[in-house]
Amino acid sequence: MPREGLRYQIYSRRALLLAGVQGLALAALGARLYYLSIVNGEKYRLRADKNRISIRLIAPERGEIFDRNGRKLATNTQDLRALLVPEQADQLEPTLQKVQQIIDINDRRLARIRQRIKRQRQFVPVTLAQGLDWETFSRLNVEMPKLPGVQTDAGLSRLYPGGEAIAHLVGYMASPDEEDVYKSPLYQLPGFKIGRQGLERRYESLLRGASGTRRVEVNAVGREIRELPPREESLRGNDLHLTLDMGLQQYVMQELGEEAAGVVVLDIASGDILAMASSPGYDPNEFTRGISNANWQALLKDPRSPLLNKSVSGQYPPGSTIKMIVALAALEQGLITPETEFYCNGRHRLGNHTFHCWQNRGHGKVDMMQAVAKSCDVYFYEIAERLDIDLIADMANRFGMGSVFDIGIDGEKEGLVPTREWKRIFQQESWQLGETLNVAIGQGAMLATPLQLAVMTARLASGQAVTPRIVADNFGGAFFQPMDVNPFHLETVRRTMEMVMEEGGTAHDYARRKSAIRQAGKTGTAQVRRISLAERQAEGGVLDNDELPWASRDHALFVGYAPVENPQIAVSVVVQHGGGGSSVAAPLARRILDRALNPPTPVPEEQA
Amino acid sequence: MGTARMFGPRRVQKSVWQRFAGLNWGIVLATVLIAVVGFAMLYSVADGTWDPWASRQMLRFGVALLLMLGIAVVDIRYWVALAYPAWFAGLVLLIAVEFVGDTGMGGQRWLDLGFMRLQPSELMKIATVMAVARYYHGRTQLQSKSLRSLFIPLLMLLVPFVLVVRQPDLGTALMIMAGGLAVIFLSGAPAWLFVVSGIGVAAAVPVAWQFLRPYQKDRILTFINPESDPLGAGYQITQSKIALGSGGMTGKGFLEGTQSHLNFLPEMKTDFIFTVLVEEFGLVGATIVLALYGIVLTYGLLIGIGCRNQFGRLLASGLAVSLFLYVLINVGMVMGLLPVVGVPLPLVSYGGSAMLTWMLAYGLILSVSVHRHVTIAPKGSGIV
Repeated sequence: MPREGLRYQIYSRRALLLAGVQGLALAALGARLYYLSIVNGEKYRLRADKNRISIRLIAPERGEIFDRNGRKLATNTQDLRALLVPEQADQLEPTLQKVQQIIDINDRRLARIRQRIKRQRQFVPVTLAQGLDWETFSRLNVEMPKLPGVQTDAGLSRLYPGGEAIAHLVGYMASPDEEDVYKSPLYQLPGFKIGRQGLERRYESLLRGASGTRRVEVNAVGREIRELPPREESLRGNDLHLTLDMGLQQYVMQELGEEAAGVVVLDIASGDILAMASSPGYDPNEFTRGISNANWQALLKDPRSPLLNKSVSGQYPPGSTIKMIVALAALEQGLITPETEFYCNGRHRLGNHTFHCWQNRGHGKVDMMQAVAKSCDVYFYEIAERLDIDLIADMANRFGMGSVFDIGIDGEKEGLVPTREWKRIFQQESWQLGETLNVAIGQGAMLATPLQLAVMTARLASGQAVTPRIVADNFGGAFFQPMDVNPFHLETVRRTMEMVMEEGGTAHDYARRKSAIRQAGKTGTAQVRRISLAERQAEGGVLDNDELPWASRDHALFVGYAPVENPQIAVSVVVQHGGGGSSVAAPLARRILDRALNPPTPVPEEQA
Repeated sequence: MGTARMFGPRRVQKSVWQRFAGLNWGIVLATVLIAVVGFAMLYSVADGTWDPWASRQMLRFGVALLLMLGIAVVDIRYWVALAYPAWFAGLVLLIAVEFVGDTGMGGQRWLDLGFMRLQPSELMKIATVMAVARYYHGRTQLQSKSLRSLFIPLLMLLVPFVLVVRQPDLGTALMIMAGGLAVIFLSGAPAWLFVVSGIGVAAAVPVAWQFLRPYQKDRILTFINPESDPLGAGYQITQSKIALGSGGMTGKGFLEGTQSHLNFLPEMKTDFIFTVLVEEFGLVGATIVLALYGIVLTYGLLIGIGCRNQFGRLLASGLAVSLFLYVLINVGMVMGLLPVVGVPLPLVSYGGSAMLTWMLAYGLILSVSVHRHVTIAPKGSGIV
C-alpha cells in the first residue's frame, strides 16, 4: 500500500511538527512563569503584601478635662458606630437600603451621607450612624456579611457631663473640615473629631495624644482578617486640670437663668478662675453628635447670642464700676482727698452741653466716699474736668483694663481704654473734654469684659497684680506683684466699695440684706441708648427699663469681693440689657459670693 | 485497496480484558495525578474543606474516569461508525441551545436536561474532530491533497464554529476550529494553504473586531493593557499576575496563598485555579503540572505514529491538539499572555463540562492506542 504509506509519512511528519509547536508553547508558558515569579517575584511579592496588609491607625484616647475638685468636665464614652467604606460596597444604594432596615436613618441624614460619599475619596469611611444601642449594633454585626462595605466600630466619643454650664469653656469637638481631611491621617479615621471651640481647641495637641498603628491583614473587600504584629499602641492624651469649681459654675448658671449674662468668679490669692459663666449656654454634647441644622440656626439667631462666651468675649461699657479707678487716679494725682466735696444738683454743664446724674434730683453735697457709695455722676464729672484722660486710662490699664490675659480660652477680647492717642489714630480727631466726662462714669468709648472687671476687682481688693488663670498644673502657689498704688488710697477706695453695700449705698437695698459675710462692691448701669432731650423733659421723665424693648435696656453690672476683712473672692456680673446694676446684678453677685465662700460639702463624684 | 475488509477473520479479536491490559496505564495515572492536583486546589480554595467543591469534583472525576476507560475498550470501529451521527447530534443540540439554552456568563451555552446541564459546544469539540477524521479516513493521499476535499471538512468546522461564536463563546469556538484544522493539516492538505489562510486570518482581524460583543472587546483591550482599568476588567489579570509572581520558586505553601484566600483573585475555583496553584506551590509546582499536561498531550498527539488506521491517527492527534489548546488558552490567560476568554483548566478547574470533554476525548485517544493494530476499511468499519 504505497499510498497508505505516503499518508502515514505525511501524518507522522506533521504530527511531530505539531508536537514541536506544542512543546514550544509549553516552554513559552514556563518562560513566562519564570519571568513572573523569579525575575519579577520580589515586585509581585510586595504587591501581594500591599494588597493584603493594611496599616491602620489607632486613634488615641483623648485626655480628660477636670475641675479643681477632680470632677470630670469632659470625658470619653464608648460610642457604637456603623460605617461605610464606599469603595468596598458593590452597590451603594441597595446596601444603604439594607442598612436602613436595621438602623433608622432619616432622609436628611441619608442625603448628607450620599453627599459625603460623592465628595470624599472612596476609601474614606463615612459614618452611617453613631450612638447605636447594643441590640442594633449586634444585629448589624450579624448582618454584616450581607452588607459589603459596612463596618462596625466601637470608638470613643466625647461627653461633657457638665453640659450647658461649661460649654463656653471647654468648647466642643467636631469633624475636621473636609478640606482639612488630608492634613493628618488621623482625620480620616471614621468619627475622628477635633476640638473646635474653647479649651478643646486651644489644648488640642495636649489633649489629643499620639496615634498608634497596627498592621492588619485584609481581604479583597477590606474586611480585617487578623492583626499582624507588631502593634504600636497609641498614646493617651494628657488630662487638663482647670481651676474651675464645677459646683459653683453650675450654681452661677442656674442663678443666671434665662438672662444674657457673663459672670467671672476669681480666687483673689491665686488668680484661679472659680467660675466663668456665660448665659445662655448650649449643650456641647449636641455638637459631638452632630447638631441639627434647626438647632444650629436657633443658636445663631438667638438675640442673646448663646454661642458667645460673654465673660471673655463680651465687651461692655463698665458703667459706674469704673468709678473706683477714676477716684483712685484722682487720689494718686493729689487732685482730691476722700473729704473733697462737690455739689450735685443732678446735672453738670460743660460748654453748651448738659451732663446728667443718674439721680435726676441730685445728691446735694457729697464727698468722695459718698460719691462712690451713691454713684454720684456729677462728682465724677467734676473730677474728670480736672483729670487728664490719659491718667484715667493709665490707672485702668494698671488694673487690667485693655489687657488680654490669654487664659487659654478662645475669643478673649481686650476691651477698650480710650486715650488721646487712640482717638487720634482711630478717629483722626483730637480728644474732647466731654469725652473724659463720659469715660469717668464708664460710658463713652470705654469697654471692658467681665473677666477684666473681675481682675480689676481682685486687684483693688488685694492690692496685688492678680492675674487670672483657668488651666493649672499646680494649685495655690501664685505670687503677684503688689500694685504700684499708694496703699492708703487703695484702702480708701475699698472703703467706698464697702459703703456701696451699707445704708445709703446703691446696693444696700438689694444686696446686703441677708448676707452673713460682709461684702464690698460697686454697682454699674451701662446705658446702651442715647437719651434725647425730649425724653428727659417729657412728663414721665426718662423711660424705665421695663418700658423699653429688651435690646435698648441698660446693662446691669456689679463687681464685688468678700469677705471685706480678708478678701478671698472677687466677682463680676454683667447682665446684658438686664436693667439696673443695683436691682439686677447686685443680688446675683451677693448670692454668688455667698455660695463661693460657703460651698456645700462636695459630693464625691462617682467615677464612670 | 478496494472494498475488501482490512479486518479479517484471520486475526483473533482481543477480549475486553486483553484490551484493558493493553491500556496505557501511565497516561491514566498522569491523568489521575492532574485531577488530584485539582482536588487539592479546590480543597484550598474552599479554605481547607472538602465541601462543597473538592468532594463533588472527586465524584465527577470518578464517573468520568469509568467513562473514559469504558470508551477506551470499546472497539474503535464503533467510533468510526458513530462519527457522522455524533456530529449531526451535536449540531442539533447546538441549534437547540440557540432557542432554549440557559444563559450563563454572558452567553447561551447550556442545555438544561434536568439532571445535568449539558454544554453541547463541548461535545461538539469531540464530534467535529471525529467527523473530520472519519471523512479523511475515507480519502486517499491524493484525494486528501486536493482542494475539493476541503469543502466538506470545512463545512463540518464552520457550521459549529459559527453557532458557538454566536452563543457567544469564542474560546470554545476556536478550539473546535483548531481541532478540525489539525485533522485537515495532518491528513495531508496542502501546507501552503495553511500559510495563506494564516495571513488571511490576520488580515481579517479588524473585520472580525466589528462582530465581537462589547465584553469580548473589553477583554481584549484590557488584555493589551491591564493596568488601564485596575479595578474593572483589568483587575482579574493584574491580581492573577500578582498571585503568580508572588509565589516565587516554591510558593507560599498549601493553603497559604494570600491572593486567593483573601479573595483578591477572581473566579478562583474555575478559570483562575492555575493561579491558586502557582501561588501556593510556586514555579516548581507549576512546572510539574505543566509537565504532566505536556506528557499526556504529547502522547495523545503522537499516538497515531504507532497506529495502523488513518481514522485513529487523525482522531487522537486532532483531539490532543484541541485539548492542548484548552490548557494553553487557560494558562496563557491567567499569565496575561492571552485575553481573558473564560476557558477553564480541564481536570483541575471546578466543573463538569470541561472534565467530561477531556475524559471522553482521552477515552477515544486511549481507544486508538488500544486498537492501534486494527485496520479499518475506508468506507467504514462494517460493524454498524
